[in-house]
Amino acid sequence: MRVSIERDDDEAPLAARVRLLEGLVGRTEVADCAQFALQWLGEVAGVPQSVCLIRPNSEHALFVVGAYGMLGPAVTSYTVSLDDWSNPLVSILAQRTPIFFARAHATADRNRRPSTPFEDAAYHALPLGAPGVSDEAFGLLLLGDPGRRVPELQWFTIVFSQKLDQILRYQALADGDQRQSRERSLLTSIINAVSDPILLTDTDGRLAIANARALTLFTATEEDSDGRRRAVRMNTMLLSSALSSKAIEETGASRRELLLVNPTDGSDLVFELLSTVTEDSRQGTGVVSILRNVTDLRRASEEIEDNYRKMRVAEVQARGESDRLNLIIDSVADPIVATDASGATSLMNEPAERLFTTPARASADEQRWVQTNDAHFSSFIAGMLVRADQRRVGEIGLVDPKTGEPMPVEAIAGKIVSEQGELTAVVTILHDRREAIEKAKLYEQLKRASDELERKIQAATADIAQQNELLRRQAIELEQASQLKSQFLANMSHEFRTPLNAILGYTSMVLQGLGGPIEPGAKRQLRRIESNGRHLLTIINEILDISRIEAGRMPLQISRLRIPDLVTEVKAELEPIIIRSKIAVSSQLDKDLPILVTDRQKVKQILLNLLSNALKFTHHGNVTITARRYPRERAVTVSVTDTGIGIAPADQEKIFEDFRQLDNSPTRAYGGTGLGLSICRRLAEMMDGRITVESQVGKGSTFTLTLPVKSAGGRR
Amino acid sequence: MTTKHERPRVLVVDDYPDAREMYSEYLEFSGFEVVEAVNGMEALQRAIDSAPDIILMDLSLPVMDGWEATRRLKADERTRSIPVVALTGHALAGISEGAKGAGCDAFVTKPCLPEDLVREIRAILDERSSGRKMSVKKSPRGGKYARRVR
Repeated sequence: MRVSIERDDDEAPLAARVRLLEGLVGRTEVADCAQFALQWLGEVAGVPQSVCLIRPNSEHALFVVGAYGMLGPAVTSYTVSLDDWSNPLVSILAQRTPIFFARAHATADRNRRPSTPFEDAAYHALPLGAPGVSDEAFGLLLLGDPGRRVPELQWFTIVFSQKLDQILRYQALADGDQRQSRERSLLTSIINAVSDPILLTDTDGRLAIANARALTLFTATEEDSDGRRRAVRMNTMLLSSALSSKAIEETGASRRELLLVNPTDGSDLVFELLSTVTEDSRQGTGVVSILRNVTDLRRASEEIEDNYRKMRVAEVQARGESDRLNLIIDSVADPIVATDASGATSLMNEPAERLFTTPARASADEQRWVQTNDAHFSSFIAGMLVRADQRRVGEIGLVDPKTGEPMPVEAIAGKIVSEQGELTAVVTILHDRREAIEKAKLYEQLKRASDELERKIQAATADIAQQNELLRRQAIELEQASQLKSQFLANMSHEFRTPLNAILGYTSMVLQGLGGPIEPGAKRQLRRIESNGRHLLTIINEILDISRIEAGRMPLQISRLRIPDLVTEVKAELEPIIIRSKIAVSSQLDKDLPILVTDRQKVKQILLNLLSNALKFTHHGNVTITARRYPRERAVTVSVTDTGIGIAPADQEKIFEDFRQLDNSPTRAYGGTGLGLSICRRLAEMMDGRITVESQVGKGSTFTLTLPVKSAGGRR
Repeated sequence: MTTKHERPRVLVVDDYPDAREMYSEYLEFSGFEVVEAVNGMEALQRAIDSAPDIILMDLSLPVMDGWEATRRLKADERTRSIPVVALTGHALAGISEGAKGAGCDAFVTKPCLPEDLVREIRAILDERSSGRKMSVKKSPRGGKYARRVR
């Protein structure tokens, strides 16, 4: 090693040393100091190039703080990492011994050398560190080779190192103070920023440090209200009791609940107390407590619990409603299908399942039918989704999967839209049309049958009308025939009467002897002619009566009728017969018999008939004519009672029939046509009356004519 | 019995000879004087000619029937007062009314025995002769009936 500053051996070195010391005394910055020192080295000691690297307090690398005789970024950005132990420069710091790097000539030399701004040139590396201290060096001094010995170099390194050490120590001291106060305020602001109260207490619960939130809970001044001070006292008491008990029981962190009072408004506050015991050699044992306000948390948890309960209830209700809905949907006989907005089936009832799903053991046919149904239904729904209509009614030709029969259904689909107007579902009800179609068919048949029936009825009605017309004509013909018959009978009767009149007249005259005396034998024979003639006349008269009644040509001749007069008259008319029969005829008439207003001639004819019958069939005893009044019934009765042969009950009705006489033999014992009673009954009925009979065989009979009592004006 | 004639004169009108002659014979036998006619027209003539006390009139007659003849007799001043007894074989309802309507005083149905007819004629003639005396007695009854009808 050669020192270049040899020329100023006597005087110059001393002056140069003074210049350096004077220059360094006033400098307080590392870079300033380094720059001056390196310049001094270059100008005074003749070191052409130099670089100074210092390790800052907090860094783990060396940075350039000054350079002389070198320029450019290669110098200013040069650093040496202290972590690179393989770097010889790093080891210089630890060992504090200078190293000379000779000029590199080959690649192998370069690889051994650390990378520096000197590149291949030779240079010295000197450690910079506090003198006498065993600590690691804090910097490096890299010097280009001056080519000679530099006697001032050792001295310079010591002075420069001391100066830098001094500056660095001052800097470190200043940095430390600043950092501490900064850190403290940062810590305070941090703990104040925490909304939870944080406290440091000693083991007795006395407050050492507290954040702002904790202060509001645990401190109060004289100006504060009584209530607040009381609350603070109580809180302090509650906290210290919690901490002391905790301190006794455990070490380490623990959680517990702490109930405090809010000093501002007196409300309850619930905190979770998290406390940790800290050991500090200088401060002694303390307790760090963090209070977490869980009041809202508890309220929230209660609310959550409450909501959960409500939700459960709602869920149960919803499930019940959904069950009911399902029950309803399932109980509907018509298939119901709900599809979502994409057309996928979201719900279907049992009838729908039968159409659109296959059971596990479905036959191939069944599966095919179900697929067909599904396809048809899907196309219907697709059509529905495409349209804007809210509702769609259409007919789908489905198939009954069980039987394969066609099953036309009427599909009624409705869209369900959310409040936001978004389509949420489509509900479709399918109505089996088969029954309706069947009904329509039946109705058609029924209508045909009904039409047929109507046609038949019309035909029958026409037939009946024709028949009626025929009957009407027949009735007219019958009427005419009846008229003709009556006319004929009337004429016949006239024609009969005229000769009979002569027969009877002349017979009577012969019998009276007008033509001279007659033999008794001849007289007997003439009497036979006379009686047969009379009989013939009676027959003619009665047949005429019947035909007149039947032809309706026997009108009533209404007049006033006194029964006693009529009885006398009838008895007088039959006087000859009465005398001849030798039967006593008496009459028993009620007093105050009403005057009848009726057909006198017909009543007389009836009484004549009844009386002559009685005389005819009575051989012993008597005949009585009785007349009674029955004001309540507004009726009178005239009876003829005899003590004759009588009539058996079985025959009592027969005697009123036409041409009836009980003895029907040709040689019957009693004369008469057998028309008498028949005529009497018809006459009585014409006058709104009736004839009845009571009789006992062998004892006699009573024939009673009952007639209504009518006022004279009643018939008008 | 009082008549204009010695014997009461009866005009018997009948187209049926047996009946007409039978009644005539019996009437004469019974003391009447008989005039005969065979139809209505003739009856009118005889009634004027012979002024009978009573006329026995069959209703079914040729040329002019009994109803018409009676109506004309009753319309004629000269014959009005002569009682007419209608005599008919017709027995249908309406016949006797028609006869009464035509003015017949009595109505007798054939067959009628000669003696019965004579009895009827005598009764009528008796009533006639006494009727003049009894007319006063009879009128109130009719009046009474008329009043009741009204």
